[in-house]
Amino acid sequence: MQQKHFITEYKKVQGLGTAHDGVGHWWQQRVSAVALVVLTPFFLFPFAHALGAGHAAMQATYASWWNATIAALFVITALWHLRLGLQVVIEDYVHSKPMRTGLLLANTLITTAMTFAAVFSIAKIYFSA
Amino acid sequence: MAEFRLPKNSRIRTGKTWPKPEGAKNTRTFRIYRWSPEDGENPRVDTYFVDTDDCGPMILDALIWIKNKVDPTLSFRRSCREGICGSCAMNIGGTNTLACIRGMDEYEGDIAIYPLPHMEVVRDLIPDLTHFYAQHASIMPWLETKTPEPEREWRQSIEDRKKLDGLYECVMCASCSTSCPSYWWNGDRYLGPATLLHAYRWMIDSRDEATGERLDQLEDPFKLYRCHTIMNCTNTCPKGLNPAKAIAEIKKMMVERKL
Repeated sequence: MQQKHFITEYKKVQGLGTAHDGVGHWWQQRVSAVALVVLTPFFLFPFAHALGAGHAAMQATYASWWNATIAALFVITALWHLRLGLQVVIEDYVHSKPMRTGLLLANTLITTAMTFAAVFSIAKIYFSA
Repeated sequence: MAEFRLPKNSRIRTGKTWPKPEGAKNTRTFRIYRWSPEDGENPRVDTYFVDTDDCGPMILDALIWIKNKVDPTLSFRRSCREGICGSCAMNIGGTNTLACIRGMDEYEGDIAIYPLPHMEVVRDLIPDLTHFYAQHASIMPWLETKTPEPEREWRQSIEDRKKLDGLYECVMCASCSTSCPSYWWNGDRYLGPATLLHAYRWMIDSRDEATGERLDQLEDPFKLYRCHTIMNCTNTCPKGLNPAKAIAEIKKMMVERKL
């Protein structure tokens, strides 16, 4: 049908070849999902317990090395998982190259910034207790 | 962005209602997608009435009956009429399938027939499958060997031959690939379930010596990893095959060779 440039379908299918990439992404998404199944309840129970009980209660919760470690691990894993997942959504649905590249960069930068901010906040509570 | 609405010149209008066959006692109503590249018109859906007492039981029988007795301009592909050539794949009653192995009695009410979804249409129910076939050709759909050819055939144990069951039966009708949203949105780069099932069929063939190269070729975020396992392919396959499982097996092999 599209013979404007006389490019064969086979050449179109070949495109720029194989990226030799994608296995790591796929595997990390699965590993982070399994890690989150374990981490989420350990994070949520102390967090929900301290929620609404005031500033002091929240500080006391994250003064514990166990709670602080779990919270940091949870945030790192969840945001990593989010980055991987959003990347797939962008690749699936955004077809304009500049827009796609921009969104993929924003995805990486924002989730990384959020991870650092969250881990720093948890560390601050832990070390100031 | 992915297109969620048909482009203006593809929006479907109500077409012609063809006359009921004279003196017919039992009829079925067919609503069939029509489009011609010559008249510059938008696609339309025509209504036909088929005399079921004068016609075979399958959907393909009805299409041939319409072409012979009502409207010779109705275009569709067909050949073997027994589900082995894959030519008459189309969207019947909302599902991609082969017209020749589906009976009219499997459908209730009016039977709607469209070409395979999200493909360029050549005419009426005929989709352009050039890209689909080129994708199939790209995965080396043949036995690839380095060992000098044996004097007689490449031998295979009964056990190893069994691994090809559920794969070799694929007739490349494109029902699965054209049912897959990932293939709709990214079909230019995503190979789609049919091609990936064939890729797997050669990967696990005990006689093939290019498994690694085949995996190398597919290790790509678009060629392989656009599959998100929603399993439309497996649901729709008119031959009852499971392309989703074949793709999952390829993904497993990809991880396996890294661990």
